[in-house]
Formats: sequence, structure tokens, C-alpha cells
Amino acid sequence: MYEIISMKELAPKIKMVEVKAPEIAEKAQPGQFIVVRVDRNGERIPLTIADYDAVRGTVATVFQEVGVSTEKLGGLKPGESVMDFVGPLGTPSEMASFGRVMMVGGGVGVPPLYPQARVMRKLGNTVVSIIGARTADLLVFEEEMRAVSDELHIATDDGSRGFKGFVTDLLRSLIENGPKPDRVIAVGPAIMMKAVSDVTRPFNIKTIVSLNSIMVDATGMCGACRVSVGGRTRFTCVHGPEFDGHEVDFEELMARLRTYMEREKASLRRYKESQRGG
Amino acid sequence: MPKQSPEARVRSFEEVALGFTKEQAVAEARRCLDCPKRPCAEGCPVEVEIPEFIRLVANKDFEGAIEKIKEKNSLPAICGRVCPQEDQCEGQCLWAKKGQSLAIGALERFVADYEREKGVEPPPRPKRSGRKVAVVGSGPAGLTAAAELARKGHTVVIFEALHGSGGVLAYGIPEFRLPKEILQAEVNYIKSLGVEIQTDKVVGKLYSVRELLAKGFDAVFISTGAGLPHFMNIPGENLNGIYSANEFLIRVNLMRAYKFPEYDTPINVGSRVVVVGGGNSAMDAARCAVRLGAMEVAIMYRRSREEMPARLEEVLNADEEGVRFEMLTLPVRFIGDDRGWVKAIECLRMRLGEPDSSGRRKPVPIEGSEFTFPVDTVVVAIGQGPNPMIPTSTKGLEVDGRGAIVINQETGLTSMKRVYAGGDIVRGGATVIEAMGDGKRAAKAIHEQLSRT
Repeated sequence: MYEIISMKELAPKIKMVEVKAPEIAEKAQPGQFIVVRVDRNGERIPLTIADYDAVRGTVATVFQEVGVSTEKLGGLKPGESVMDFVGPLGTPSEMASFGRVMMVGGGVGVPPLYPQARVMRKLGNTVVSIIGARTADLLVFEEEMRAVSDELHIATDDGSRGFKGFVTDLLRSLIENGPKPDRVIAVGPAIMMKAVSDVTRPFNIKTIVSLNSIMVDATGMCGACRVSVGGRTRFTCVHGPEFDGHEVDFEELMARLRTYMEREKASLRRYKESQRGG
Repeated sequence: MPKQSPEARVRSFEEVALGFTKEQAVAEARRCLDCPKRPCAEGCPVEVEIPEFIRLVANKDFEGAIEKIKEKNSLPAICGRVCPQEDQCEGQCLWAKKGQSLAIGALERFVADYEREKGVEPPPRPKRSGRKVAVVGSGPAGLTAAAELARKGHTVVIFEALHGSGGVLAYGIPEFRLPKEILQAEVNYIKSLGVEIQTDKVVGKLYSVRELLAKGFDAVFISTGAGLPHFMNIPGENLNGIYSANEFLIRVNLMRAYKFPEYDTPINVGSRVVVVGGGNSAMDAARCAVRLGAMEVAIMYRRSREEMPARLEEVLNADEEGVRFEMLTLPVRFIGDDRGWVKAIECLRMRLGEPDSSGRRKPVPIEGSEFTFPVDTVVVAIGQGPNPMIPTSTKGLEVDGRGAIVINQETGLTSMKRVYAGGDIVRGGATVIEAMGDGKRAAKAIHEQLSRT
């Protein structure tokens, strides 16, 4: 059992949970993820680490309540526990002095960029961040990102905050009108990471994306998270989650992400009815 | 041994084999010829004194019989169920030549179940040696090594990556062959010997093997299994609806997807399922698919039925449960629909040619025999390789071309001092009992190391 230290609602349906896990906190590196299983009947859900604090012994992750498992997780209070909390998993982000690094985050993809940006900046990079959401209410980790970025740009689909449009529109204009970045790192919905990769490809800018494939064991045993990268099948859980965005077959990734959509919808309906029924 | 009827069992995940009654067990034990050469015991990788325990059963001393087994084997209820006895003890039995060998596995299972139902006494704890051993992975090799070392008074901690203990016994073998309750009881017995099991601990990520040694463990035993699923590497293999056997079985067994939505992990089965492969995992996956409600389940294998590596008993069970055998058939391509779901397999018919290096006749494609096989779900069960987690995270640990850890065959010692390995991380995909034999042998060598230093 792993104790919940805090549970904060950052935006409607978007929460940050901080869990007591001293050994993981000590080992975690940017880009890695954890697997959480809420209760005895729970599924194993992979969530990218948003922050870790070796001194306090805590690991934080930000998630959106989209299904039964994330609803259950979001319903927990500080002092309560999750059944399992496993990590740190996956290969850490490549951290080096690249020069000018652009961080592009969408929705719940913004928090995982935070530890990366923090380390990138320490390594002497100029960190330019572009964060976005559908609307201003759904924008998260703005202050955190501002604290670790040299420049912070905001985009919302409806223009309720910052630039009106997609993060990719903003990215294109920054690339066209400013110094060319040496590396772009994008975390967000698959469709956004695909769009970012499409924007940077003609400019030949190395673009790293963090994939959110479906996983079960998340240690390389099941292959649920397999994805074609440069024509080769890779496992997101151990070879990734970060890959070269120009090599990822996003169509395949997006199809695979829909594998359990029907079942998950039915299960969520059932769960909500049971919650209402008391 | 009595079994549930095929009609009843295809509707539930309850255990198929029902086990002997006391009377049946005694009558079976009395068939033992008590031959002086004891060929059955020779065939046992963990050296159970088979004639001796059989004699105790014949004399109705069931407690004495289970004690006799446990001197050598800490997982009797599991071995009685999943060992390939026909290739080991029962295969060597004199009766085997004259018709039906003595049902040694069923008798082992009987006395183990007898004891469990009565309540297992925890054995007296030996004097503590003050030495510590880390075991990585809680499958059959790890559990056996841990039990043997704990009996010698060493402190043993097992680090398990998953949330449940048992390794392949938990994630690979279905409930209807090995009920989880029985696994749990045997794991609890091993804990009662003083073994500590820490789940959710991924060695290779959370700590390295070297860190374990630096943390005060005097030796490390690596038993992380054959966790790497093999795929066919043919076009369309990443379409939705195509599972590795590992994924399919982990969802069903460890995550209990057969109880979705009571359990949160989903699985898709559809009405037509093809399982590619001829081993025990293929049979397990096919039989799970039947129970999950598929209308048609077929095993597709490139050789003929005789060459299938699965246990004969499991092939017969699958057959009785309505699984079709599409033999001498090779998938060459998966065909998807416009939404990315598999809808058919393009296959080739094969014929058997000359024997290959394995001694089995090599399947050769028949020209122009292409045909398509409609499917909703495919399970790729063509085998698995050694789990790369430890080898890739441990510099200086020697592995062979397949990624299996290289060991000294006598001791289980790896290329690193104080680091031992056994089970499928060394063998790449063998049996539960062979893994247990490895665990036992390494435990003996570790104990000798600890006694020397």
C-alpha cells in the first residue's frame, strides 16, 4: 500500500496526486513513468511522472479522469492509499546541452515536461515552452513551467487564454520567425504529437515524443504497447516511452489506443451508476 | 483422475481436474511395483523420493507422504498439477511400458491438497545464519531457491516486479489448470519458512543487481523468467485484436479480465479466435478463449499435431473443449479493416519435409496454397525469450546470443561473483519443474558459498 500525500484538482477532471514512495522518488528521472493500481480489482495504469522529491520521498503524477480507474484514483483522499505504485519505469529522457530546446505540451502532457525542462535548463539549454489546452480552464502547470522556462507561450483552441489556435500553429510561427531550435520535445495527445512532428519534419529538427500506449505489466513482458518506430516494432514501456517523433507510426498508435474504447465506456457507465446508487 | 465434463468446464474457469478421493489414491498407490531401480525418482528434477511417498500413501499415511515430498519439493500442490509427469517420473515408470503408468502427479496433488485442507503446520524455524540473499522474481525457480535457503537459516528477500507473487504460475497458467488459491497457499507456505516477498519492485529499474549486493545481500539469485514475447514479424502484426500469448494470459490470469467489469482490466475476444503456436501457452490461450465466449477457437500450427510441443493431456483437454486444430498452416500476413482491426489471416498450407536440427520434420510451404482465414482475435503463442530487464541493466553479466544468462551448470553461478541465475532466464522457456531444479541447485551452491565465506 502506498499513501496518498495530496490530491489536487488542477482543472476540471484533471488532478495531481502525490504518493509516498521514497525509493522511487530517489531513483526517478525525467521522462520516466510509474504504474498505479488503485485497488484489488484495479487495472495497471501507466502515468508519466510530473514531479519527484527525494527529500520528502514523494512522486507526483497528473491525470485526467476519463475512465473507471482514473475516476477511482481521483476519488481518493490524502491519508488513503493505492494498492500498487511501481517504478520508475521506462528509459529516462536524453538530457544534455543541446542549445535551444522547445518544449511543447498539451493538456495533461504539460506536467511531464516540467521535470525535463527543469533539468534541461540546469544543463544550460535555453528552454522555450509552448503549453496549450482546449480552453483556459483546462490549462495546467503554467506557473511551474514558467519557473523553468526562458520563454513561455500559451495557446488555447478557443483563444480564452494566450494565442488562439493549436500549440502547433504557435510552434510553426516561432520556428519560422525566431532562432531555429536544436531540439523539440512534445508531450500530449497522440494527435498533437503527430502534428508537432509534422511541423518540425521539413525543418529537420530532432523531435522527441512521449507515447501514451496501452500497457499491462509495463516491464516489457506483454507487448500491448508495441508501436512501429522507423519500421521496427518497439515496446513503449521499455524502449520508450520517448521516441523520435519523425519515425513513429502515429496512425497505428492512434488505432491501438482505441482498442478498448467500447468496453471502457460501458464500464464507466456501470461504475457511475453504482456510485449514484450509493 | 476424474475431470469436469467438457460441457460444464467450457462455461467456467474452475479447475478441470477434480483429483482423487482417499480410496482412489490408496488403490492407485497400491499399484506401485516398488521396483528396486526406482526409475521414477531418477526422472525427477528436484529428486522427490517417489517410491517412499507412494508407499506411505498406500499405507494411508497421507501426512507422512506429504512430509516426505516436502523434504525435496516446496511446491507439491503446484507440481502435482502442472509438471509434465509423462516426460519425467511417470515416463520412467515400469507400468508405462505395460500400459498405464502409476499416476504419480495425481498422488502428489492428492496428498498436497489433503494437507492444505487440513491446515498446514508451519515448520520450525532453523537457527539464523545472519546471512542475506536476494532473489529476483517469485516464479518457480525463485520460490524454490528462497525456500531452500530459508530452511538453512538464511534471510531471504524476494523482489517481484508484478503486484502478485508466483511469476508464470500467476500470470501464465490459467485458473482452470492451477487455481490461484492453491498458488497462494503454496506461496504462503514459503513465507511461513521466513521468506519475505516484496512485490512492485522492479530490479533493473528501482535497484540494480550491484546495488542489491551493496545493500548488504551476500548473494543474488536471478530468476526473472522468459518474459519477452516473440512475434512472427509478418505484415499487419500490430493491428488491433492481435495479442501476444503473454498479454492475453496476463490479462486473463493476473488481471482477471474474465471477470470484467467487476475487475477493471478489459479483454477483447470476439467470436472467431486463432491461436498461433503449438505449445502449452497456445493451449492455455485457446482454452481461455473458449471460456471467454468465443464461438470458434482454432490452434494454428505449421507442423502436424504429433510435433506440437504441448503436453498431450493439454492437447486432449483443448480438443474435448471444442478447439479446432488447423495443422500444417503458416500465417504469412494479417489483413486489417479500415479502422485498424485484424479481420483475416493470409495463410499457407505446409507439408512435412526432411527432419531439421530439432529432429522434427521440417514444414515446407506448398506452392499456391494461399488462403485467408477470417478472425476477430489472434493470439501469437510462438514462444518467448529470456526477460531482458536484468541483462540490459547489469554490466558484466554474460549472456548468450538469445539473451539468456550464462551460468556454470553445476552451481548456477553467473559471470559475476555472488550472482546466480536459474529458470527460464537461463533456459529461455522450459518447465516449472526444471526451473525449480535450477532454484534448488543454485540454493545449494549459495549455501556453500555462504558457509565458506
